[in-house]
Amino acid sequence: MSNPLVDMQKPDVIFCIGTNMTECHPVAATGLKKAIAQGAKLIVADPRRIGLAELSHLYLPLRVGSDTALLLGMAHVIAREGLINEDFIQNRTTGFDDFFEHISQWTPEWAESITGVPAKDIETAAMWYGAADKGAIYYTLGITEHICGVENVQSLCNLALMTGHVGREGTGINPMRGQNNIQGAGDTGALPNNYPGFQSVTDPIHQEKFKHAYGKEIDNEKGITKVTALDLCGDSIHAMLIDGENTLISDPDREHCEHALRSLKHLVVIDIFLTETAELADVILPATAWGETDGVCTNTERRVQRMRAAVPPPGVAKPDWWIISQIAQRLEVNGFDYSTPKEIFNELCELSPIYAGLDWDRIDKGEYQWPVPHKDHPGTPMLHEDSFINGKGIFSTVNYRDPAETISHDFPVWLTTGRRLQSYHTRTQTGRSQGIDYLLPEESLEVNPNDLKKWNLTDGEWCRMSSARGTIEIKVKATDRSPRGTVFASFSFSDVPVNVLTGSGYDPITQTAELKVCPVKIEPL
Amino acid sequence: MTLKMQIDNIGVTFSDGETVLEVAQRHKKEIPTLCYDNRLDPFGGCRLCIVELEGARNPIASCTTKATEGMVIRTATDTIEKYRKTLLEMVASENREIDVHPLRGYASNEFAHLSNQYKIDKSHFSGTKSGITKSDDNPFILRDYELCISCYRCVRVCAEQEGDHAINVMNRGFHTQIITEFDGLLKDSACTFCGQCIQTCPTGALGDKKALRAADQVNDSEIGKTRTICAYCGVGCSVDILTNDKKIIGIHPAMDGPANQGALCVKGQFAYDFVQHSDRLKTPLVRREDGELHETSWNEALDKAADGFKKVYNQDGKYSIYGIASGRAPSEASYLMQKFIRAGFGTNYIDNCSRA
Repeated sequence: MSNPLVDMQKPDVIFCIGTNMTECHPVAATGLKKAIAQGAKLIVADPRRIGLAELSHLYLPLRVGSDTALLLGMAHVIAREGLINEDFIQNRTTGFDDFFEHISQWTPEWAESITGVPAKDIETAAMWYGAADKGAIYYTLGITEHICGVENVQSLCNLALMTGHVGREGTGINPMRGQNNIQGAGDTGALPNNYPGFQSVTDPIHQEKFKHAYGKEIDNEKGITKVTALDLCGDSIHAMLIDGENTLISDPDREHCEHALRSLKHLVVIDIFLTETAELADVILPATAWGETDGVCTNTERRVQRMRAAVPPPGVAKPDWWIISQIAQRLEVNGFDYSTPKEIFNELCELSPIYAGLDWDRIDKGEYQWPVPHKDHPGTPMLHEDSFINGKGIFSTVNYRDPAETISHDFPVWLTTGRRLQSYHTRTQTGRSQGIDYLLPEESLEVNPNDLKKWNLTDGEWCRMSSARGTIEIKVKATDRSPRGTVFASFSFSDVPVNVLTGSGYDPITQTAELKVCPVKIEPL
Repeated sequence: MTLKMQIDNIGVTFSDGETVLEVAQRHKKEIPTLCYDNRLDPFGGCRLCIVELEGARNPIASCTTKATEGMVIRTATDTIEKYRKTLLEMVASENREIDVHPLRGYASNEFAHLSNQYKIDKSHFSGTKSGITKSDDNPFILRDYELCISCYRCVRVCAEQEGDHAINVMNRGFHTQIITEFDGLLKDSACTFCGQCIQTCPTGALGDKKALRAADQVNDSEIGKTRTICAYCGVGCSVDILTNDKKIIGIHPAMDGPANQGALCVKGQFAYDFVQHSDRLKTPLVRREDGELHETSWNEALDKAADGFKKVYNQDGKYSIYGIASGRAPSEASYLMQKFIRAGFGTNYIDNCSRA
C-alpha cells in the first residue's frame, strides 16, 4: 500500500476495484466503513455484488476481465471534464501529453460496450474520483490475477497520477496483500528478479554486493518464475525445495501442476501438514507453525512486525530457518551457521536498504513501516510524498485486451474465483479449526437464480462444471450476488478442486495466472 | 493557546475536544467505568465515571463532558465514591453472578474488579433479576444475558468499530434486551463472528465459547499471554495468544495493535486449532524404495534432502534446481530460501507463492 491502514478512515472518495475486502481483509474494511459513516462516498467495481457493493454509493458491475476498459473510460471522463491536477502532472509526472491523446478515443460509451457498465455510471465514478479532495484506490487480486494484470495496475496509477491522488493523507494506490507475510517474501528477495530489498539482480553493483556477502558468483540474469519452473519440470527443472505452499491446490490447472511435480527427480517439501503437495515429495520436513515460531513478518502497509512462539511444536518439528540451514550446511554452502532467527533477520537488514535502519530489537513494537534507510529514520508510513522512487510518475498508454479465453458456444459462462470470509486458501488451517464448519461446511457455486432456471438446475443441486482443462462436480447455490452469466466459487475445498478448471493464461510480465476468468460449461448431473 | 483546568487540586493542561475522562486518565487518575471503551463514542450510560465539577449542582459524567477552560474537577470525593458503590450494588443486584471466568473475554472481569475494589454488598438491593440468556447453537459466542448490564458496548462495537450492525437494543429500562434482527440466531443475522462484542463485554454476558472449553482446567493466574501477529491475511493484526500448560486456549485482540487497534475477524479470533491439531507433521518423512513415505530421523531426512539436490546438480547442472518460498512463514525462512538458491547454486531460480 502507498498509504498506511489508518488512512482508510480519511478519504472522501473511495474507489474499490477487484477487492472483496469485507471477506478477505475484514479488519481493513472496518476503516472504510468508518470513512463511509463520516460521509465518504464509496465506488465499488466488481463483477459480483459483494458485501462492499452493498455498502457502496455507486456500484459498477463490470464483466470479468474488463477492468482496463472501465479505467480507460474513467480516465477519458476525468480529462474531458477538466478534473486533472495540472500542478501535479507538471511537477511529478511524465508522458501526460501522449496519454491525454491516447485516452481521447476511449469514451465511456466505448467502455460500456466492453464492460457492460452504463456509460453514465462510468462518468459519475470518474467525476466523483476526479473531483475528490482525497481520493483513494484499493485493489486486490481482482486486478492482478488477469493476463492484463500489469495493464490494470498501470491504469489505476494513471487515474491517481492525473488527479494527484497520491502522496497525501487519505489518498494513494493501495493493494491489499493476501497472506500474513507475502510482503515479507518479496522484501526478502524470494523473487527471480530481485535480491533482498528489491535490489535488481541485473545491476552489477548489487551482484557484486551479494557475491561478496554470500561468497558466490550469482547470475546477473533474472531467474524464471514459479509458473515457468512448473512448465519446465521434467525437462530442465529436476529438483525443487518448496516451503509452506500447497501448490497443487492453490495453483491453476491442477492436472498440469501435479504432472509437473511428479516428473521431478527430487522434491523436498517443508510444511506443517501432509498437504496434497507434500504427498508427492521424496522428503517431507516438519516445520514449526504459527504460535510456535519466533520471526518477523511484514504486512500490507509495509509494517515490519515480530511474531512470537507461545507453545512448543509437536514431535520434533523445527523452524523453517533451521531446516533450510541444515540442508545448506550438508551441501557445504557458506554462511548458514545460524543459531537464532535474530541473526538471520539482522543479516537481512544489513543487506537490504529498505530495512537498513531496522534490527530484531528495534521492531519489537512494530512501529516501523519500510523504507527505513538508516537508524535515525522514523520509517515511511506514506510512499511518494515528495517524489517517486524513480523520479517522475510515468503515464502508461495501455490498451484493453480480451481475457486469454472468452466465452464461446462450448463454454458460455464466466467462472471467477476467490476466497470467502470463513475459509482461508486451501483450508489446511481453517479446515482444522473447530467451529468454522458451522459457518461454512462446504463449497458451492454461486449462480444467479435466473440462470439456474435457464440451466435446468435447482438451488442446492449438484452440477457438472467443465472448462477447456477439466471437469468438476459442485453444488449450486442461488444468489443475486452473481450476475447473469457469471458464476463464482472459492478454491478452498479440495473436494471441489476449482483449480482443475483454471489456468487459461498468464500475465506476460508478472506471470500471474488469470485465476479470475475462466469460461466454463455448466450442466445438470 | 494552552487550555488549563484543575483535577484534584492539580493544574493540568488539555487540548480542545478532550473529555474530562480523557484528561483525567492522561494524568493517571483512576476513574471507574463500565460502558466506556476508548475505541467507541462515549455513551454515558453506566454513570460510574461521575466526578464533581465545581459550580455544578449534580455530579457530571466525565466520559461525555468535554473539558473546558478553568474547570475544577474532583474525581474521588467521599460522596462520589459512595454514589459509585451504590450504582455498582444496583447493577450487581440484577445479575446472576459477578465473578466470571476470565476466559469469557478480554474485558469480562471489569465488573468483578470494580465490585471487589468497592467492596459491594450484592444483596443490598436484591430482588428481581434482568436479562434472559439466549440459547444460540453457534460454536463461538456465548449469549448469557443474565449477566448483561445494558452498557451497550457490544451493540456499539458492532456498529461503530465493525460497521456490521448485527445486534441492537430492544425494550427499555429493566426489560432491555440485546437482540439480533427478528431476535433470531447470530448465524442468521449480519454477524460475522469477529468476536469484538465478546472482547468488549465488561461482565462476561458475552463469552468466548472456544476459550471456555478450557475453563474447568485453568484459573486466572495460569493463563499465559504471548503477543504476536495473526496467521492469516496481510493486514497484520496484533493478537495475544492465551496459553496454559503448553496449549493454546484462546486469542485476545491486542487493543494497542498498530494495524488493528483491537479489531479482529472470525479467522484471527477463532481459527487457531490447526496449530495443535493431531494432523500436524511431527517427524520427518522420506520415500523409500517401496514408494511409501516412512517416518525417520532428522539426520536421515536432511541427508536425503541434501543428497538429492547434490545428485541433480551434478547430473543436470545449476539450472535444474528451483526454490519456492512461503508467504506464510516468517521472513527468515524466505530470506534463507533465496540465500540457499543464490549462495548454493549461483542462480536466481527462486520465487514465492504470490503469483497464485
